[in-house]
Amino acid sequence: MQIKNLEERSKQYINPYFGGVLLGLVLLLTIFITGRGLGASGAVKSTVVATVEKIAPTYAEKQDYYGKFISDDKHPMNTWLVFETIGIFIGAFLSGIFAGRVKKFHVEHSPKITPKTRLIFATLGGVLFGIGSQFGRGCTSGAALSGTATMATAGFVAMIAIFGTGYLVAWFFRKLWI
Amino acid sequence: MGPLITQGYIDPEWSNLIALILGIGFGFVLEASGFSSSRKLAGVFYGYDFTVIRVFMTAIMVTLIGLVYFNYMVWIDLTKIFILPTFLTSVIVGGVIMGFGFVMGGYCPGTSFTGVAIGKLDALFFTAGLYIGIFVFSSAFPLIKDIYYGGELGPVTLTDTFGISKGLFTFLFVLMSIAAFIVTSIIKKKVKKAEL
Repeated sequence: MQIKNLEERSKQYINPYFGGVLLGLVLLLTIFITGRGLGASGAVKSTVVATVEKIAPTYAEKQDYYGKFISDDKHPMNTWLVFETIGIFIGAFLSGIFAGRVKKFHVEHSPKITPKTRLIFATLGGVLFGIGSQFGRGCTSGAALSGTATMATAGFVAMIAIFGTGYLVAWFFRKLWI
Repeated sequence: MGPLITQGYIDPEWSNLIALILGIGFGFVLEASGFSSSRKLAGVFYGYDFTVIRVFMTAIMVTLIGLVYFNYMVWIDLTKIFILPTFLTSVIVGGVIMGFGFVMGGYCPGTSFTGVAIGKLDALFFTAGLYIGIFVFSSAFPLIKDIYYGGELGPVTLTDTFGISKGLFTFLFVLMSIAAFIVTSIIKKKVKKAEL
């Protein structure tokens, strides 16, 4: 009985419109304080830049893309988005603890697919999102959400392109989810 | 007066701490809204769960209205905020690739971090995939440079693109969101409930 209650509790999320208002307020406050929106993929990019700079410093400095993010006065990991992302992990962990959702290493997947299939597609999806976020100069957070909220044309186009493509190709991947 | 850091009201020394605190708020809200669950997120593409649209569009609405209001009250100088530059070719190519990534992986970068935070292994694999993908992109950059810089329009806003005022755009976005909320509620009733 106790376990069942816990399980039910872990599936309770806040009302989506209330969540949206809170998210909007966090974003508004971020823009008001820093003049920029929120982001996520940027922190992974900084990690990639830092790794490559560590392994091959001369190549990284000279290469067109890595070179953009390397400067003499700042370590590539010393960026706003890296600290913000550490915050994302802490905040999500706290929310998970309060709601009883934190579990050690489990795979969430549709009953119709195996955990292995889920992990393969999760990795592939991540690779694609990694590539796409660089072309987009931001992901769902940095381009679509923060971009549209600051009325940047690029943000609005990113939002339409991400969700539009999602709907167009959803049918081909339906077995993964339904 | 705002943006506070840009305008010198807050010393940039505080930047990283502020980033951490705002990140905690961001992560908390994403997780509490259910964005740590890939099956919940993917529901937006199959009609069994529209949390993504509800949270996402409500958040944009609140920020848009807030910024227009702050601007009206002269609390913020909107010319001082960062506008993501538009490279039309690049952003469309990127958006399409991200769309595939979303449907296949069930996460986007920020939401995958929240999944990792509550112990989801699939979220961890997605995050590892992000690292690989960004490494592949960066390493191949000399070959794809033309796409990356393709269709440059500069830091344009929708008010420039459509020639409408900020207030009118915000109003249209609110109408569009309300329409989306109503339509998706109707769709959800017709799609059988998936066991999450």
